[in-house]
Amino acid sequence: MALSGIQIYKLLPQTNCKECGFPTCLAFSMKLAAKQVELSACPYVSEASKKQLAESSAPPVRLITLKANGAEIKAGNEVCMFRHEKTFYNKPGLFIRVKASDPDLAAKVTKADAYKVNYVGMDFTVDGFAVEADGDLTAAVKAIRAVSKRPLILISTDAAALDSALGLLAGEQTLIYAADSSNYEALADTAKKHKAALVVKGDSLDALADLTPKVQAKGVEDMVLDLGGKNLGEWLTRSTQARRLALKSNFKPLGYPTIFFAAQNGVEKEAVYAAQAISKYAGFVILDTFAPEMIYPLLVLRENIYTDPQKPIQVTPGIYEINSPKPESPVLITTNFSITYFSVANEVEGSGLPAWLVVTDAEGMSVLTAWAAGKFDAERIAKAVKGFDVASKVSKKRIVLPGHVAVLSGELEEELSDWEIRVGPREAVDLPAFMKQALN
Amino acid sequence: MPIEIPKDKWPGKIQSVTIGAAAAEGGTRTKSITIGGQTCMPYLHYEAPMPNRPVIAIEIKSRKPDDWSSLLAEVWGDAMNDPAQWAKKAEEAGADLLVLALTLADSPEDAVKAVKAVLGASGLPLVVWGPGQAEKDNELLVPVAEAAKGEKLVLGICEDKNYRTIVATAMANGHLVQARTPMDVNLSKQLNILISDMGMPHDRIIMDPTTGALGYGIEYGYSVMERLRLAALQGDTMTQQPMMVTPGFEAWKTKESKVGEGVPESWGDWKARAINWETLTAIALVESGADIVVLRHPESVKRVSEAIGELISV
Ligand code: SF4
Repeated sequence: MALSGIQIYKLLPQTNCKECGFPTCLAFSMKLAAKQVELSACPYVSEASKKQLAESSAPPVRLITLKANGAEIKAGNEVCMFRHEKTFYNKPGLFIRVKASDPDLAAKVTKADAYKVNYVGMDFTVDGFAVEADGDLTAAVKAIRAVSKRPLILISTDAAALDSALGLLAGEQTLIYAADSSNYEALADTAKKHKAALVVKGDSLDALADLTPKVQAKGVEDMVLDLGGKNLGEWLTRSTQARRLALKSNFKPLGYPTIFFAAQNGVEKEAVYAAQAISKYAGFVILDTFAPEMIYPLLVLRENIYTDPQKPIQVTPGIYEINSPKPESPVLITTNFSITYFSVANEVEGSGLPAWLVVTDAEGMSVLTAWAAGKFDAERIAKAVKGFDVASKVSKKRIVLPGHVAVLSGELEEELSDWEIRVGPREAVDLPAFMKQALN
Repeated sequence: MPIEIPKDKWPGKIQSVTIGAAAAEGGTRTKSITIGGQTCMPYLHYEAPMPNRPVIAIEIKSRKPDDWSSLLAEVWGDAMNDPAQWAKKAEEAGADLLVLALTLADSPEDAVKAVKAVLGASGLPLVVWGPGQAEKDNELLVPVAEAAKGEKLVLGICEDKNYRTIVATAMANGHLVQARTPMDVNLSKQLNILISDMGMPHDRIIMDPTTGALGYGIEYGYSVMERLRLAALQGDTMTQQPMMVTPGFEAWKTKESKVGEGVPESWGDWKARAINWETLTAIALVESGADIVVLRHPESVKRVSEAIGELISV
């Protein structure tokens, strides 16, 4: 937790020698608290104070970056327990577990690596691969690097095998899984040598808190925690406790992101386990199954949970052309909440039917929410239709309202007296049928 | 040295609410269900015990719906033509309680008949929804409430534009109400106040803060539920009602669940995706504090039920 100016002042020499360029130590400490100066400007701070100040300025959950040639994924640096308090920052990386012994390794990695899915205009992919060293790890890493440039997690406790595999990954930031109380010394040495991050594993938070300072003492700063836990309930408890200890108690031994194996209790539970991990603070999620029908919803859930609640994702209000509309094409009305916009735009685009889509400024809310909040009413819709000069583009003055706001049609008729107002379907998915049948 | 785990100690408590009445309580249900009663955030057993587990309702309709996904028609089969059969199958599928949704095509007599048939076919506690148009809701729910007097049904859906008639008939006939507001903490609170002001006791109101499906605004519902639960624990009595949400309804209207053709290949297998969509929507809401989730597909019911089992066992 960051220290206040006064707390910092107590750690300074309090001699007011002015060498830092400020008239007093207090003035300097205030600037330091506001992060406007560097501590190194004062030549007289004691080593003990330096250490304390460095610790206090470190984020409560350490930032860990896994990196390969081009792609990187971050975990940590989080500041809250509930997303509405601020936001969740670093989306948990989704890694696919593959086996070194698998004869189809390269083919599997190639397929998962190429996976790409679009959600409201954004392309999502998997983040990397976790390689189980049940065969020749070095050969496996070589095979993967021939087909994928995504970050890796190496699952092995054999320091020599890791050393050889990591030798192929120079310049990357890899994660090793995992050190426990029996092997941490050798694995910490390997991690340090290759500047890799190291997962630390324990049966309880106590065991973990005991181990991380020992690994740190061996020279490894970048750690990730495997919290253990036999089922959803136990993992949720540990994940919540670790996050709280880091954020509320500034407890350094557990101030690291976590890793979670979603298929630990069977692949039939994998999607649900991964969903909890994504919602409840995991830093890296390992999947055993590469199945688009599971990955897609998980990627969407991750995006939704990690969206900044202060900034709803919006599109710019305006008139959008879909499938090259002509003057006689229909005019559809919607809001500027991006999910709403993309649902409507995708449906109409997919149908091949031309249309003018008027995106009203509803402060980034969906149709129903905006209507309830008074941000999507007859006045605003009329303002959009007039403001974007829709009349100049069309030959038929007719607009289609979303079905959810059918109640607005009366008022809208008054606001736009020379327009015909039609009520469309409630859901975007039903728009093409409506356009074909009802709009002729 | 063992770590000292920081614990939150809250002054507030979630209202306990009992749905359904067995013979001894003046109804005909096999057993009643109690939800609520929590004194900490969801599943943090180390802070306080969880007195009641969240429950799963299965949504059935008085008539076979023509706008449901064919995946649902496939799994429920002919039972969809007969609410009594459907209710039985839903009970077998592991529902803790049932939601019977009436339709615009129902007359008051049809509605009463459907409710009686469901009550006769299954001993589970029952929620009855009007078709969602104020006048029609009132026209159907009043005779239903009278005909099922004493069963402790949940009547819905009360919204700020239409709650008086439903609340009045629920009060007169010993039922409960579901109070729905569109994803907003203050609106939830306000409707609870309006309903309480009519004299409805707190142990007969369940709030429905509304949710979006995964990919369609779930994050709003998710955070509103967390905020409502935090406010309740902090002692705000008008947010202390247990929460009921409808992930089945929301998820099954998304394109991802509804449609199998003409969608990107990267969406994967349709059926598995559709069930994942419903299940993951529900799981996220269970994590954020739902006391009742209303689902549609038996496979989702099974998976969400297993997850709840793991979350409540310590
Ligand atoms: S240089 Fe250090 S000791 Fe001197 S005034 Fe600045 S803060 Fe104080």
